[in-house]
Amino acid sequence: MKSEIRNPKPEETGHASRITHHASRYLSIYAALWKNSVAREMGFKGNFLLWIVVELLWFGLQLSFIGVLYLHTEHIGTWTKWQVVMLIGASHFIQQIFQAFFLINCTNLSELVRSGKLDFLLLLPVNTRFVVSLRQVDLGAFVNAGSAVALMAYAARQLHLAPSAGQVLGFLGLCVAGVAIHYSLMFLLASISFWTVRAQGIVWGYYNLFNIARMPDEAFRGLFKIVFTFAIPMLLVSNVPVRLLADKLASPRPILLLLGMSVVCFCVSEWGWRTSVRRYTSASS
Amino acid sequence: MRKYWHVINIGIQNNLTYRFNFLARAIFGLVPLVAILYVWKAIYEGNGSGSRVGTYSLPEMVSYYVLITMVDALTAVNEDDWQIAADIKDGNISQFLLKPIDYLWYRLCLFLSGRVTYVAVATIPLCLFAVYLHRYFMLPANGTAFGCFLLSTVLTALLQFFTSYAMAMLAFWVLEVSTFIFILYAFEYVASGHLFPLDILPRWLEQALYFTPFPYQLYFPVSIYMGKTSGPDLARGLLIQGAWVIAAYFLARFAWRRGIRHYSAVGG
Repeated sequence: MKSEIRNPKPEETGHASRITHHASRYLSIYAALWKNSVAREMGFKGNFLLWIVVELLWFGLQLSFIGVLYLHTEHIGTWTKWQVVMLIGASHFIQQIFQAFFLINCTNLSELVRSGKLDFLLLLPVNTRFVVSLRQVDLGAFVNAGSAVALMAYAARQLHLAPSAGQVLGFLGLCVAGVAIHYSLMFLLASISFWTVRAQGIVWGYYNLFNIARMPDEAFRGLFKIVFTFAIPMLLVSNVPVRLLADKLASPRPILLLLGMSVVCFCVSEWGWRTSVRRYTSASS
Repeated sequence: MRKYWHVINIGIQNNLTYRFNFLARAIFGLVPLVAILYVWKAIYEGNGSGSRVGTYSLPEMVSYYVLITMVDALTAVNEDDWQIAADIKDGNISQFLLKPIDYLWYRLCLFLSGRVTYVAVATIPLCLFAVYLHRYFMLPANGTAFGCFLLSTVLTALLQFFTSYAMAMLAFWVLEVSTFIFILYAFEYVASGHLFPLDILPRWLEQALYFTPFPYQLYFPVSIYMGKTSGPDLARGLLIQGAWVIAAYFLARFAWRRGIRHYSAVGG
């Protein structure tokens, strides 16, 4: 408001400054949420460390599965052992980044609806989806994402890969698109809690689908492949970034598809969220 | 005895409220399974037609996973351990200390009713799935094998329940038991044959696993059904499984008794 008054041409520069003003306001809110999360996590240090152990254990377990598979074969489609290890690393990385920012918040949404606590968030003078999605940060997930990066680096060495800076940047960009897909779909499912109160089960059910993302895409065929490429694009999320990194891309089409699907998923989830909020009738007394 | 029938009855009604949840869980649970089957199919095709992995042909491998899913639906503990831990943490168990009802049997009844409801709801997707794969699906090796399979499945359910119960008793001492539950679950997941048949592992590793209770939590009944375990091995395996059930039962009782001494009825 103030900047508009001081500004002689409100149409042009005023608009831009309003955006930066908005951005800095949201950044400061987000910084406050981070501070909160750090304080919360440090209250239970032992538990924080144990969760990291749990995640490492599950990560090792997925690797052991691949180890067992490759005891009995040389390749799955054209994917060799270390390429699949890299795929598992990338999939874990994307999943952990998603978990760091969004997962708890998505699973908490049904609790917010059930207890009527959403009222308070709706009344805050910020975008509700913003607060609901980013309220808590899972710090342990960053540590686990680090272990995934270490594994990918090791796999790349085994494959004698030397990716260029462009490939690495592209990989990271595609990872962001992957995180956006996971987040959009999970948030869309969490919005179901406006219809049935116990949506937590559905949200955890979706978590099962993450398993698909770490499997080599060439194993799949038919309807399954179509559904998990074009409707729930799990087969794109980590396969495409790894293909870019490991020189396994024949054409840029999969990249465009992944980027396109991430935009589509985000738009659908925004539409679902808006429709759902309209249905919200507070549960508190 | 009648009071426990009541518990089962109420448990079923309670669980039916969440039937949609159960259905979602059953359907979503099938997706990773289908994915694993695709991966196996690709491996078999890559190795050439008629190839085997360990002792498994492709149809046997598919049957293995379908059977694992079915036994898992019949025997898995899904929320019981969380609920028990929550009961302890929130002080809800105080009322059971005053009532003439035994908490362990009470939870076992709820576990049974949970399984009954889950199976009732999951039957439809599971059967559709089995029909879809009928080309691959094997019948049991013989009548005796099928009988022993059923017996072993019951023992599996009991073993899973008592283990989880004992694990949940940790809530008497620590505030947050979920990490411990997940750590145990991780071991169960891989060592009980959930991810792959244990006999495709290197021989020494498979042998080592048989010194733990894990194979008896899922893999063993399926290996009976498929005729992989028979004769004296079968009899010995059932005895060992029974012994693990008894051991887990006593561990659960022991942990409860020690826990009660430690218990301070928070909020109760």
